[in-house]
Amino acid sequence: MKIHEYQAKELLQAAGAAIPEGIVVDSPAAAVEAFDQLGGNPVVLKCQIHAGGRGKGYFKGYQEKPKPGEKTKLGGVKYLTNRDEVAQVAEIMLKYPLVTLQTTEEGQKVSKLLVQAAADIEREIYVGMVLDRAAGMPVLMACAEGGVDIEEVAAHSPEKILKNFVAPETGLHPFQARKVAFQLGFTGDQVAKAEKILMALSHVFLDKDCSLAEINPLVVTKQGDVLALDAKMDFDENALFRHPDIQAMRDLSEENPIEIRASKANLNFIQLDGNIGCLVNGAGLAMGTMDIIKYHGGEPANFLDVGGGVTPEGASEAFRILMGDPKVKAILVNIFGGIAKCDLIAEALVKAGKEVGFKVPVVVRLQGTNVDKGRQILKESGLNVLTADGLTEAAQKVVAAAKGQ
Amino acid sequence: MSVLVDKNTKVICQGLGKAGTFHAIQCRDYGTQVVGGVTPGKGGTVKDGFPLFNTVYEAVQKTGADASMIFVPPVAAADAIMEAADAGIRVIVAITEGIPVLDMAKVKRFLKDKPHCRLIGPNCPGIITPGQCKIGIMPGFIHKPGKVGVLSRSGTLTYEAVYQLTQMGLGQSTCIGIGGDPIIGTNQIEALTMFQNDPETEAILMIGEIGGTAEEQAAQFIQANVTKPVAAFIAGQTAPPGRRMGHAGAIISGGSGSAADKIKALKAAGIVVAATPADLGAAVEEAIRLKK
Repeated sequence: MKIHEYQAKELLQAAGAAIPEGIVVDSPAAAVEAFDQLGGNPVVLKCQIHAGGRGKGYFKGYQEKPKPGEKTKLGGVKYLTNRDEVAQVAEIMLKYPLVTLQTTEEGQKVSKLLVQAAADIEREIYVGMVLDRAAGMPVLMACAEGGVDIEEVAAHSPEKILKNFVAPETGLHPFQARKVAFQLGFTGDQVAKAEKILMALSHVFLDKDCSLAEINPLVVTKQGDVLALDAKMDFDENALFRHPDIQAMRDLSEENPIEIRASKANLNFIQLDGNIGCLVNGAGLAMGTMDIIKYHGGEPANFLDVGGGVTPEGASEAFRILMGDPKVKAILVNIFGGIAKCDLIAEALVKAGKEVGFKVPVVVRLQGTNVDKGRQILKESGLNVLTADGLTEAAQKVVAAAKGQ
Repeated sequence: MSVLVDKNTKVICQGLGKAGTFHAIQCRDYGTQVVGGVTPGKGGTVKDGFPLFNTVYEAVQKTGADASMIFVPPVAAADAIMEAADAGIRVIVAITEGIPVLDMAKVKRFLKDKPHCRLIGPNCPGIITPGQCKIGIMPGFIHKPGKVGVLSRSGTLTYEAVYQLTQMGLGQSTCIGIGGDPIIGTNQIEALTMFQNDPETEAILMIGEIGGTAEEQAAQFIQANVTKPVAAFIAGQTAPPGRRMGHAGAIISGGSGSAADKIKALKAAGIVVAATPADLGAAVEEAIRLKK
């Protein structure tokens, strides 16, 4: 689960990190007020959306999509020096959806802006913590060359990224933080300031069960301060049960409404661009089913894993979600019964089919526990269902059906 | 011989809730020696024919159990795994889905001091040596004793593979669901090593999915160390980058761990890669034919 920049910075500040002065607003008037409160000095207006690449994004409706190589007229992060500009820019930012490389083409509606005191930047540094799967523990990464091009650095000069493993039961040791601070080239009293931010990052990561926590850039100002200028965090959803404070930061407006609905029914659903709806049990088989649809020339409309312990209610809701999507031209149900029994799934399909009606062709492939009973139920239901024994046959049938053949 | 579990394996179940009890009974019906369960506070009683114990330690002392099947809910699952390891359990099979990853990071470090102990999972279907011992939630009847070792990150996709193998007359030595989480007890290379060293296993099927670089590392390992025929499949060739597909492990980030990368690495190592999940059995047959 992702949170906004301002929320991530609040967590870091609470753990002892220095962050720039800033005020979160939701209207142009409040933005101007914040500008005044910050002393009328230059500020940076920052759109609070989860997607990255804000600075290079554009506002849909305010301007045409910039051509490749063309600079945007206004991105989601803007340096401003006077009240009038703040009012004008805040108005645009809160009015039009922001499109970045990481959003959809429709963009993301911006409902909050961070008005942040502009910093006189001398150096930009990258620090981040993430889980190293191979090592089985978190790793602190740092790079003296921070800023927007960190991915370039990681791809072309990986040796420039300093890595230090962090023991989950102790957290980052102060000596590790100090070592990294010196390696990053900090001197004098800045070493202690950097150390404090690194320790805060480790604390938040471990205390709040982050899957990613990143400060980019960590800046040194001309005045000698060390500040977390921007921050990104993602949390392990499996651990949210022990963090009601993080759960409260969830912003549902950032999530796909159908995916929210599916998650309420314990369905694992991700919307894609194709026209063949998929209903499968198990994540691996669900991905495999998408793969075989594509292999036979079709395009999956979604990833949908109804889970191992799927209930008839869950399966019915899954069916309703697929039937309710106007993009879907055919549906493939692929169930390998293990814990989930084929007859239960068949009954749920029949129930859902009678409720919402089969508006598009449905191909069902059942295998595994109680498969004969399941097939019998489908046969006797009178519903217009195409059946298949093997995966290839099922994929070919559904691809043909989606093409109207 | 087989890998890790056979007809002599004595299993206890930690977490005899609704699902745990159901599957413990299924395992017993399959022929597995399920010798008891652990429910703190219920020691001395019997549930569905399973003698209950307060601690894993007590269960091991009284039954001689050497394996444990864990259904304990995510909030306490890490503790349950460590309790089993501490009590001297040799094979711990953690079925539980949804354990916080930092809990598993702590478990992993705890297990470093317990070289006698092997953890399978979590978030996995379990392990089965067909006809001898089933510890997990897989449907037993699709399996057939034989010589193909199966290791997989996915549950139902493994059933699909086993079903195809059995249909083709290719039985299985042992099938290990290693689990789909970012941190797992037994990785691909460890499972491959066991199959390579097992005289009963004559061919290996490895089922992977997008995310991480474990399959790439496994490919290198196979090229250098595995003499038996190996076939593989990678699920998620069509998954959009950066999205999480059910398994926490199945995340592609920064361009590494994509299906294309993995398939390229596997093919470069001389492994037969199934084009679709309908060709899993055929890929194993092909791998066996090519080695002859």
